[in-house]
Amino acid sequence: MMRDLIERLTQRYKLGAPVFQRADLTFVDLAANDQLRSLLLELRDREGFTHLVLLTAVDWLEEGRFQLTYMLNNRDANQTLALRVYLDREVAVGETIHDIWPTAETYQRELREMFGIDFPGSPRVDEEFILEGWTDLPPYRRDFDTLAYSQQTYRDRPGRETTDPRTHMKHKLYPEG
Amino acid sequence: MKDMDKSFKKDTETEFPLREELRPHQVTAPDGQVIEVDPLQDYFCQEPPKVHRKSYVRIVEDFYNWARAHSLWILGFGTGCGAIEMRPLMTPRFDAYRYGIQWRATPRQANLMVISGYLSVKTLKRAIRAYEQMPSPKYVVGLGSCTINGGMYWDSYNTIKRLDDYLPVDLYIAGCMPRPEALLAGFMDLKKLIRKGQGEGANKYAENFDWYKENQKAVIKDWDMPDYNW
Amino acid sequence: MNFEWIQIPYALWTLLIITVYALFIMAIMQKIGARVGGRYGIPVYQNYIDLVKNFALRSHITHGIMFYLGPVFRLTGGLGLILFVPTIYGSVMHQNFHYSGDLILALYFIFFGTLGMALGAGESGHPHAAIGVSRGLAQVTAAELPLALAVFSISLQYQTLNITEIVAAQQGSIFNWTLFTNPLAVLAAMFGFVGTMMRAPFDVFLAPQEIPTGPPTEYHSAYLALMQTNRVVFPVAKTIIYMNLFFGGATNWGAFALKVFALYFVSVLIGVVMPRFRVEQSIRFFLKWGLPVGILAILAV
Ligand code: SF4
Repeated sequence: MMRDLIERLTQRYKLGAPVFQRADLTFVDLAANDQLRSLLLELRDREGFTHLVLLTAVDWLEEGRFQLTYMLNNRDANQTLALRVYLDREVAVGETIHDIWPTAETYQRELREMFGIDFPGSPRVDEEFILEGWTDLPPYRRDFDTLAYSQQTYRDRPGRETTDPRTHMKHKLYPEG
Repeated sequence: MKDMDKSFKKDTETEFPLREELRPHQVTAPDGQVIEVDPLQDYFCQEPPKVHRKSYVRIVEDFYNWARAHSLWILGFGTGCGAIEMRPLMTPRFDAYRYGIQWRATPRQANLMVISGYLSVKTLKRAIRAYEQMPSPKYVVGLGSCTINGGMYWDSYNTIKRLDDYLPVDLYIAGCMPRPEALLAGFMDLKKLIRKGQGEGANKYAENFDWYKENQKAVIKDWDMPDYNW
Repeated sequence: MNFEWIQIPYALWTLLIITVYALFIMAIMQKIGARVGGRYGIPVYQNYIDLVKNFALRSHITHGIMFYLGPVFRLTGGLGLILFVPTIYGSVMHQNFHYSGDLILALYFIFFGTLGMALGAGESGHPHAAIGVSRGLAQVTAAELPLALAVFSISLQYQTLNITEIVAAQQGSIFNWTLFTNPLAVLAAMFGFVGTMMRAPFDVFLAPQEIPTGPPTEYHSAYLALMQTNRVVFPVAKTIIYMNLFFGGATNWGAFALKVFALYFVSVLIGVVMPRFRVEQSIRFFLKWGLPVGILAILAV
């Protein structure tokens, strides 16, 4: 079923090669960001993908882009389709879909705070979501170094030791070697 | 700890703006009078806490300490994973009530604050507020390695590492997560401390008030409350 | 009412005995509740320690004069109730300041503490307190209705408003008790009893285990200690009235302890088997079941 669907859609949308992860889970890239809205609407209204499971982002620092994953679910067919679109890391502005799925509003607030991806027009997107009084880089960006930040912010208690769990347990369980 | 990143520098310049409703502004009364308000100055009591002496008579203080030790009222404030380990204490299996330990719903009626695990900066702010509202003498118990040295959140950008930088801790209970038995043992130790008259955290807090506030304000960037929450 | 100065120390002495006894019985009842839940329960002396602890706290804050007066009024409600009700029938020492209209005064005192508390808690400015007050007042009012009707009924029956005379009329045999001479009134009054004992299932507005603790939200240290005292004294005072009105009164401290315990136990028994009712549920319960019984009791006399 998913193969048919993707084939049908590829005729009109710029889809990449699909990855059939599991029998009920498919990933596919969308190369043209301006087609996102119409594709989502079509999937929701015609193809029965009525549920937005999640909207999340991956920071591909080396490639200089963000990947947004829209995961949709068709409950009748028990199929999940994950659409991946890419944003330029420097610009980082996505298209809001809160009018298609109201839940997206929350996801977009989170992305805005954690990755700094803006979604103009999404309600309350500029308000604080989880962090309070955050002035630094958005913490989920990979150029934000959380270890360094924590060392520069919170004081250590001396005497803390760190061991490699693997060698430590090995030594503990089999002292003879 | 070794891989301290030299290139990453934390942003220490940007100030977080005060929330809109807390900035000084003007209010028009129903009769047309215009009133200037500075919410942070006008709505809250600005007095710093003061050190409370012990009572003059030794035996009275001892008696009081005995009563305090046997009537620990815990503030029902849960942070981190440890909140889940406190609940079994109320159940038939552990039943902390028989040691005079009770949970109260409001900080005004509690004497003991159990910080039950990692504290994110956001929660720290609430914890400070709740702590300051408790009547003294008050005690703080830090639960789990997260409160001692950061535990497994030692490299997190958003959780504090040493609780005693921010609140006067009387006792730590180590473990990740300490079991309810460990908690009970910890409370028994706390009782001994109190009976010896060493549970003076509130006075310590008042004496080193500036130091505590400096530490707190260093991590809480949007400080939108008075310095001491009466 | 013939007043003599010696009555004052006598009354205070009674008060002291009752307070100590009330703290003790409260702990016993809490222990019973805990045992039902499979727990060991608090030590019997825990309530005394809590009281001392609360007085020993060092810092107090206040929200204004009414905030001080709230607990004082509350305690006055409980103590006043005891002071104007003869505790032990026939004893000179424990007659307290009873006089010919004391039944009316007692009814008033039952409500007095709640009202004082409402003012004090309102002053604290905490939203939970205000909500708790309105819910508590609504529920107490509903629960008092059957009690008031029952009191009318028995004052009609005995043709008096003097508690001592009512007790006197019930002496002699167990079958002279109002319980047997006017069972409908007793039933109606019992509705009011369980409703105002401040115990489960009718204590959702001030139970310390509920997140909105209700009226006492802002109270701490000595204020809280006063309210704690009232919380233990008031139910016992109430039980004394019930004992006098419906269960033949007590002629000595032994009978007193026994009867108070038994009556108190009724509400505890109901409390441990029932979950807490929401306020509108309990109001509906009192109006639907308590009120008709009360009216019937008046008609039947
Ligand atoms: S010490 Fe362990 S169990 Fe406790 S809060 Fe930290 S991670 Fe969780």
